[in-house]
Amino acid sequence: MDVENRKWQWAAHAVLILLSLACVLPFILLFMASITDEKTIVSNGYSFFPSRISFSAYEYLWNQSNQIFHAYGITVLVTVIGTFASLVITSLLAYPLSRRDLPGGQFIAFVVFFTLLFNGGLVPTYMVYTQVLDVKNTLLALLLPWLLLNGFNVLLMRTFFQTTVPLAVLESASIDGAGEFKTYYRIVLPLSLPILATVGMFQGLAYWNDWNNGLVFVTEPDLFSLQNVLNRIMNDIQFLTTSGGAGSSQALAALPSETFRMAIAVIGVVPILIAYPFFQKYFVRGMTIGAVKG
Amino acid sequence: MATIAHRKKRRSLRRFVPLYLMLVPGLAYLVLNNYLPLFGLSIAFKNIDYSKGIWGSDWIGFDNFEYLFKTSDALLITRNTLLYNAVFIVLGLGLAIAVAILLNEIKNRFASRLYQSVIILPFLISIILVSYLVYAMLSTDTGFFNKTLLPALGIEPIAWYTEPKYWPYILTFVHLWKGVGYNCIVFLAAIIGIDGEYYEAARLDGASKWLQIRKITIPMITPVIIMLMLLAIGRIFYADFGLFYQVPLNSGALFETTNVIDTYVFRGLMQLGDIGMSSAAGFYQSVVGFVLVLISNSIVRKINKENALF
Repeated sequence: MDVENRKWQWAAHAVLILLSLACVLPFILLFMASITDEKTIVSNGYSFFPSRISFSAYEYLWNQSNQIFHAYGITVLVTVIGTFASLVITSLLAYPLSRRDLPGGQFIAFVVFFTLLFNGGLVPTYMVYTQVLDVKNTLLALLLPWLLLNGFNVLLMRTFFQTTVPLAVLESASIDGAGEFKTYYRIVLPLSLPILATVGMFQGLAYWNDWNNGLVFVTEPDLFSLQNVLNRIMNDIQFLTTSGGAGSSQALAALPSETFRMAIAVIGVVPILIAYPFFQKYFVRGMTIGAVKG
Repeated sequence: MATIAHRKKRRSLRRFVPLYLMLVPGLAYLVLNNYLPLFGLSIAFKNIDYSKGIWGSDWIGFDNFEYLFKTSDALLITRNTLLYNAVFIVLGLGLAIAVAILLNEIKNRFASRLYQSVIILPFLISIILVSYLVYAMLSTDTGFFNKTLLPALGIEPIAWYTEPKYWPYILTFVHLWKGVGYNCIVFLAAIIGIDGEYYEAARLDGASKWLQIRKITIPMITPVIIMLMLLAIGRIFYADFGLFYQVPLNSGALFETTNVIDTYVFRGLMQLGDIGMSSAAGFYQSVVGFVLVLISNSIVRKINKENALF
């Protein structure tokens, strides 16, 4: 029995070490590429063990690129505002729905739930956000479409309120003369920090990583988020290499170089890697909260 | 008496006014983001003419659909979307279950947590960054494959971004790589929830580990497997837009194996200005997708009412 157990331990560790390497190595390659000497990349390609190391990409990043820091600022701003607004709106919608005595609550819950089953897709949504409410090239374009409120989060939060905030507490607050708003932010929210952290983390990640809204609704470089800048740089270099011809090498030289591109990608990942350990437990909890029903 | 009851009812309704007010911002957003676009689905039946406005454009019935289904694109994007998703569902769930079972075997808690943290990393980053990581591997002139790995194996460099035949494997690999950590943790939670007494009894009877996995672990997590599978089947008409658009760098040479409904709709709207085709394809996706959700949910309900969404 012991021998069998030990075999399983070895096998499990072996498989998981291989999988972990597969998950980590591309990040290491990205990082190594960002600290490789530019000429070395051109001749030897991206390598885990570059023959010449250089931090010039980061120096360039630090010294010259206002645009990158501007984009970084946009990403931070959108993530902070978006996550906060999303938490406020989501919890405001979830709390009344968690109250079983609310007349019409069932119907409103269905209205929320239905959005999970059926959606209009890209073209009609694009039309609404450009024709009905013109968000093109505004900060709202990065905040509103698709991201701000997710019906799944509303139902998740509603279930949490129903199961963890005791009805007796709500009733005694009401007897003590607390209004509904007061009950909501003095009692319900403080008791619900775990779910707020979970939803906040998912929303924060969604805003930080979003590139779709920028791609669809933003053409003004001043409003590009970091992801949009990364997207643009990739496309432009690709454009230059496929169109070829005279002058392209000059244009290529003027663009951020290979290592510089990788350095921007690195500074895009680092905040997630730093923040994740703090949120890990909420992350796992959020993924495993099962009971979400319409 | 009646007036007292009436007054009581009015007072109690007034009690709910603050609660209704709280609903307003969220519902207003859902109307804007989710319900107004449903009316916009009618665009698929119109000949959009910006000078007349969206709502004033002429109705043309099913013409857009006729054009769409006459092209070879319709079949290609439907085939690609369905095949990729089918492969993703089978391999994705299979891999996640296998990894979750192995993770559960690991006794060393520190190692187990470390593995979990590491394999979730790809899930946390944007698909744009994934496209960078893939590019670092596959770039024709400077990629790790063409410059280091393939020469070491004595294979000629490959122009990855212009050869469609490799992309079904690349995209499947990238999808599995990005998603395995997330799904595996869902399954791990289910496995941890299994009562330890079953394994105890099996051990006393001399059952091997492999037998325990087959006869206890798998059957106990089958409800979770079925539920995730049916949810995925309900979404089989929706492709991961970022994966199919960003990772192949929107390379036209690869469309044969990378074009899916979502990328087709996007290119139609944003790059070709062909709103008719694009909205018809989008409508086709929304409606077939909705029907599939309803069907898969009713199957879940038949199996286990608890697991059904509605």
